[in-house]
Amino acid sequence: MASVDTTTNAGQLLAAASGGRRRLGDRVFSRTAVLAAVTILVLLAGVAIFLLSEGLPAFTASAADLPEGKSFIDYVAPLAFGTVLAAALAALVAVPLAVAVALFITHVAPPRIALTLGYLVDLLAAIPSIIYGLWGIFVLGPKMVPVMKWLEAKLGFLPFFNGPASVTGRTMLVVGLVLAVMILPIVSAVAREAFAQSPRRLQEGAQALGATRWEMIRMTVLPFGKSSVISGAMLGLGRALGETMAVTIILSVSGAVTFNLISQANPSTIAANIALDFPESSGIAINALIATGLVLFAITLVTNMAARWIIARQEGE
Amino acid sequence: MESSAQTPSAFGVSPSSRLLASGLGWRRRGVNTMMTVLIAGAFVLAMIPLFSLVFEVAKRGIPGLSLEFFTEDARGVVGGGGASHAIMGTLIITGVASVISVPIGIMAAIYLNEYGTGRLRRALTFFVDVMTGIPSIVAGLFAYALFEIFFGPGIRLGVMGSVALSLLMIPIVIRSAEEVLKIVPNHLREASYALGTPKWKTITKVVLPTAFAGLVTGVMIAIARIVGETAPLLVTTGVVDSMNTDPFNGRMQNLAVYAYNEYRSPGVMKQAAYDKAWAAALTLIAIVMILNVAARLVYRRYKTEIR
Repeated sequence: MASVDTTTNAGQLLAAASGGRRRLGDRVFSRTAVLAAVTILVLLAGVAIFLLSEGLPAFTASAADLPEGKSFIDYVAPLAFGTVLAAALAALVAVPLAVAVALFITHVAPPRIALTLGYLVDLLAAIPSIIYGLWGIFVLGPKMVPVMKWLEAKLGFLPFFNGPASVTGRTMLVVGLVLAVMILPIVSAVAREAFAQSPRRLQEGAQALGATRWEMIRMTVLPFGKSSVISGAMLGLGRALGETMAVTIILSVSGAVTFNLISQANPSTIAANIALDFPESSGIAINALIATGLVLFAITLVTNMAARWIIARQEGE
Repeated sequence: MESSAQTPSAFGVSPSSRLLASGLGWRRRGVNTMMTVLIAGAFVLAMIPLFSLVFEVAKRGIPGLSLEFFTEDARGVVGGGGASHAIMGTLIITGVASVISVPIGIMAAIYLNEYGTGRLRRALTFFVDVMTGIPSIVAGLFAYALFEIFFGPGIRLGVMGSVALSLLMIPIVIRSAEEVLKIVPNHLREASYALGTPKWKTITKVVLPTAFAGLVTGVMIAIARIVGETAPLLVTTGVVDSMNTDPFNGRMQNLAVYAYNEYRSPGVMKQAAYDKAWAAALTLIAIVMILNVAARLVYRRYKTEIR
């Protein structure tokens, strides 16, 4: 940081000492840079202001005017429930898998191919969500039908697998799995970075004391990467909360509020509900959808800020 | 760092001496093997979706590909028709989004790395983080809300989609540009100042050329990230069957929305529509993969060696 300051000062000194044309060039360029920074802040303020001004009418409208004839809170609550349920399920599946993938790349796989393997994992993040949606409904969904039948038969006593098992595969469980694949690269990228930075001297010390590779990982790498894994998980959760197309395509929705993951009747999510209803809506229904978008924005914002806060706290130490 | 200070306590005296005394017991070796297998297995498990996805998209997409798919639009045809309007729309919407995002993003990164101090810098860093977390559908709603105020309800324009995508693209451009500007060594800047070069010329003639390959790579990755977006375009550019090349006038189709729409409303010739949805998916995946690979090649080929 200190070196940056000295160069800045040197630049200013020179600018002050040199002729007027130079100073003009410096002024124009630095003002353009500041302008770009301010534009971004204005843009974000615009997001908040326009969404609020278009969403507010829905908060105050009477229940009779709103879609489904419910008050706004009753309208958004099941959607928020579905959003959180799908994202939580995705994180539950993705986080352990992502940690294992990150460990494999940083500590188990031969270093020569590790970079290529990491690139393969990153490719998962590059695939557009619409393609995940098509894959989920045409490929993964049908494959999951017998699995869900089995879950219903063997674990039907649990509320999650209460059934009746869907015959199409358009269930919350399949959505959770697809979202898990989508967020896996995000979580594993954060974990990978932390694991790669874990101090070598501790790893070597552990192995010199006779620890096996797993013991070395468990005692030195995992404790070091713990808070990074948590923040990566939150970032992944934030991404899953806002994911739209995969859910829109795969999930068969009924508006039911249920923890049953394998049936045909599922709660929708905020994002999927907007994508499904927005093109055919008008008037106050549009305002209601924008208001649900605001709620979604608030939920993801809180999740992401928590993740950043964990990262910042860790860096501060 | 606290973690490094506390880890040695995990190697308290008694476990390590016991460890040395007993050698590698079968139980510890077994646990090690089991965990190694589990970790490697998890990696294989995570790769299955990637390969299945690429394989299925290729298998199902190829039957729908034809010359017609790339040259015809879908105006007034039942079952047949192509996706040229969607391909053109994708290029225009993404192009306009890049024209908006790249200058703002790179200038903002220059601000953060070369000029920024104090409160504005801190605010920008924080809000770029906030921006990366905006759900894509919310970006679409913002563009709609913005244009609705000026053009009335129900408005659908190509440029609205570009505005929505810019909101998603700008933070990606800033993050990657900041990253490459940061690794331009300070002694280059200092050498330039020592020759009496003003700061803005130092940035445009020394810093930016040094970082050029990285900047291009970052922009290409950012384009790859937004080119397949569906949700924000569904609410801003709408759905249309005919070619439209004017982003400021009327609805505009795009490949991702086209694929979604062919799946969602397949009409009477269901299989033909599904084939076209998969063909669009295959085209999209090809664009994304080419951009990703090209970005890495550009970086490897043209990056400046920094010593």
